[in-house]
Amino acid sequence: MAYLELKNVTKTYGSKDSNSDVLSNINLTIEEGEFVAIVGFSGSGKTTLVNLINGLLKPTSGEILYKGKPIEGTSHERGVIFQNYSLLPWLTVYQNVSVAVNETFPKESKAFRDQRVKTYLEMVNLTPALNKRPKELSGGMKQRVSIARALAMDPEMIIMDEPLGALDALTRGNLQDEILNIWNKDKRTALLITNDVDEGIYMADRIIPLKPGPNATLGPEFKINIDRPRDKTSLNDNPDFMKTRNEIIEYLMDIGQERTSTNTVEYSLPDLEQITIE
Amino acid sequence: MSDKLIKIIRFIGLGFLEPLIRLSRGEETGKNITLILKKIVAPIASILIFIAVWQSGSDLLYNIEASHRIEKALKDQGQKAADEMKACIESGEISCQPNTLPSPAQVKESFKALLKDHKIIVADKKAFKEKTASLNKKRRADGKSEIVYTGRPSFVDQIKTSIKTVFAGFLLAIFIAVPIGIVIGLSDTLRSSINWLIQIFKPVSPVVWLLLVFMIVKTLTKDSDSDSSFIISFISVGLCSMWATLINTAMGVSTVDKDFINVAKVLKLGPIQKVFKVILPSSLPLIFTGLRITLSVAWMVLIAIELLAQSPGLGSFVWEEFQNGANDSNSKIIVAMFIIGIIGFLLDRIMLTIQNFVSFNKNEGV
Repeated sequence: MAYLELKNVTKTYGSKDSNSDVLSNINLTIEEGEFVAIVGFSGSGKTTLVNLINGLLKPTSGEILYKGKPIEGTSHERGVIFQNYSLLPWLTVYQNVSVAVNETFPKESKAFRDQRVKTYLEMVNLTPALNKRPKELSGGMKQRVSIARALAMDPEMIIMDEPLGALDALTRGNLQDEILNIWNKDKRTALLITNDVDEGIYMADRIIPLKPGPNATLGPEFKINIDRPRDKTSLNDNPDFMKTRNEIIEYLMDIGQERTSTNTVEYSLPDLEQITIE
Repeated sequence: MSDKLIKIIRFIGLGFLEPLIRLSRGEETGKNITLILKKIVAPIASILIFIAVWQSGSDLLYNIEASHRIEKALKDQGQKAADEMKACIESGEISCQPNTLPSPAQVKESFKALLKDHKIIVADKKAFKEKTASLNKKRRADGKSEIVYTGRPSFVDQIKTSIKTVFAGFLLAIFIAVPIGIVIGLSDTLRSSINWLIQIFKPVSPVVWLLLVFMIVKTLTKDSDSDSSFIISFISVGLCSMWATLINTAMGVSTVDKDFINVAKVLKLGPIQKVFKVILPSSLPLIFTGLRITLSVAWMVLIAIELLAQSPGLGSFVWEEFQNGANDSNSKIIVAMFIIGIIGFLLDRIMLTIQNFVSFNKNEGV
């Protein structure tokens, strides 16, 4: 049985007959312990897809099954890491994580919860910043808090919505490794949404491109058969990597081309007359 | 140490003192002198110009009033009376002084006179207390009510009463407006159902509120004693001023950033947790903006309400002085005006400080 299964999922905003589906006919199966990446252009409906899976949105039609049962709202079993960190600015780093821990483990002792918050903040190297507020942190540190918050809830699946999109290349590389380490430790199922093909190949077992919306749908999947742990520096010389990367980029370029060529609106140029100045 | 001081003065909205402190420590002399010129010297200059304009304005009005009097005397009683009037005015005798906009010097004199009056009354009260101490003790033992000082309140007493009234009204406004604001902010249905009422009541004048409260309180309190005027005025102040807080709270609560709501959903916070951990903190800045407006409106309408409700305070002080028509009444009114303005300014700064203290995006003084 598939761990997460999307069957003919369609999502429409606004009235149903306006015929502008954001997502249409999404079919996706994720197995337990798998790391799947979905790549797509910005504005192709990636965030909508994530919100459907984490339970913030309901599909207009179709079914989303999580461990065989349809998803009804959000759940502690699926931890979410948002693109814009979504930390609560009035709480300290510690409090941001402890809100999540208190909510997930309401029956545990205070000491247990305190320890759990500290452990997860330690894991993302934020112990020195325990009592800082989000606005005193850099983008990378904020995203670390967000990761700690999601993981401290002990989710069975991690859903990441362009988690590293707003970070600089170096921080990005570091955090990719940290996420991979954590994922590797207890092999949670992971879904990564990204716009960076390299990131997808480096991190995931499978990459699925999302054709841009409206009517966005998933394209053919690309398996990444590179042994873990992957080494970023030698990846560039790996023929498999080069081949897959080129295939995916080519595919994305093609559908990008398709999108621009299917644009039927004609723009008429203003009627200009040449004037000669004497 | 000094850095901490600078932080504190910025926090309480007195940032203009910063260059002065920096200069005293010899930091960036040129830049700080420019800053002092801009932030301290220029405002003081503008105040001086204001006083100069005021002085010349009151001179002008004095002359106009004086010539009116002389003309009137001439018309009514003939040349002799006119000459007498002129001589009387020039001699500076109090009985025939033109009564018009007082000059800054007169206002200063009145201010001193009011303080002196206050000292006299304080001494008077003290003497009264000493005199009645033993008698009151006996009356207490007999279960009778004590004899209290019923003399005329001093100017400072009036200020205290006004501040007391405004705070009572402000607290009432908080207790009504914040909870209602939160509730209607959370529910679209409630918001749209109450919205019309709010829009209708919001622009109603303080005077009408006063009359409305008067109707209700008069029925509820059978024997009218001095307390009922205090009750009427503080309830009216509260009702007039609460709208800004009500609307801002409702708006703050209903427009919480969608990201925060998503976080609350993903973390599966319960409804109470959601309100206290996410919705309220994120709407605090707007709530406090509302409270600041409420306090300044409360202070503004207080004077009008006290004036009409005949309850003690600055408003009735102004009204009594106006009715009094004594020679220094006008300048006492101007003293009250400045006191009202300065207290209003201080109240606003206090609110700003509290606002900075509780809200997460600490913005520096406005």
